[in-house]
Amino acid sequence: MKLRIYSFFLASCLLLSATSNAIAASALPAQQKQSSYEFMSSENKAMQDDPSLNPAMFWVSEGESLWNAKLGEKQVACSSCHGDAKKSMRGVATQFPKVIKGKLQTLESQINQCRVSAQGAPALPYENKELLSLTVFVANQSKGMPIAIKETLTNKSDLEKGRQWFNQRMGQLNLSCAQCHEERAGLKLGGSLIPQGHPNAYPIYRLEWQTLGSLQRRLRNCMSGVRAEQFAYGSPEMAQLELFLMWRANGLPIETPGVRP
Amino acid sequence: MSKTSRTSITMPSSANKGAIIEIRAIAQHDMESGFRYTESGKLIPRDIIQVFTCSYNNVEIFKADFFSGIGANPLVIFTTIATETGTLEFKWAGDNGYEAINQARITVS
Repeated sequence: MKLRIYSFFLASCLLLSATSNAIAASALPAQQKQSSYEFMSSENKAMQDDPSLNPAMFWVSEGESLWNAKLGEKQVACSSCHGDAKKSMRGVATQFPKVIKGKLQTLESQINQCRVSAQGAPALPYENKELLSLTVFVANQSKGMPIAIKETLTNKSDLEKGRQWFNQRMGQLNLSCAQCHEERAGLKLGGSLIPQGHPNAYPIYRLEWQTLGSLQRRLRNCMSGVRAEQFAYGSPEMAQLELFLMWRANGLPIETPGVRP
Repeated sequence: MSKTSRTSITMPSSANKGAIIEIRAIAQHDMESGFRYTESGKLIPRDIIQVFTCSYNNVEIFKADFFSGIGANPLVIFTTIATETGTLEFKWAGDNGYEAINQARITVS
């Protein structure tokens, strides 16, 4: 009898810890969310914070001139419809990826959507300099504002799929995003600290890349790291994963353009 | 790399005579080392900035040679003494006819 009570106690303890783990896996409490900025050296922090040191500022100014440039068959600039980006684009990056007309759009794909339909210009491939410039310019208008992704009826299924991708084991190493960036965040992989993996500074200037890169480039990095087949640039899977990551980072301020080692 | 690119200068616009001023000069450049290969095994030719010079009222006060080991978007931070009011001219020159020029004014009192 005593043994049975004890085992019941043990089982309920296990159950309790299992459920609390499940909650932790769905979203970190705001005060525990940490941008990888916190882990950087003071030199790298200074590089991000000081516009005269941050190389990504070149892309931001390039984006500003593209914003005002009339192009495409229709000879329309971004500013012709959206006006001053400082006002119209403020806070926009905190809400992307977003379901627009039934399709989940990332910031990049929405810019391309605008180019094709409103400007009559060809869509730009991912990691193209102009697309990165426009994306970083738009996202920079939300610098300092907290990420604010709401779960709605329209994005619910994409968010759920994104959560599944995050927890899906993949590749020869058979690892999921969650196993490193949720369960082992703060521990070490080789010599480096495993970050929580929040997408709050993208596009980033990564010193390893020696250039600016998108969130999808970074995600493909991790996928090749676990020797998995990478999701294609601009694929629905990527957008769903981006959406889940942004939702998971809710409340963290946007740092774009970030600098990362 | 294009024939020219964006550059940026950060320095004080005014200073006391004899004061040491800090100048930051950064240029947007890929600095392709010439040692890398494409996925198909073809060597990517070198494309770097070779020389950076700064002249103060047409007198050269700073010069730096750049090599393949220098990373993309090179930043140079150096100091000089504010001697007279005038213009500082910055020039980057490199492979494939690359050239970029930037200027900054300083008032010395």
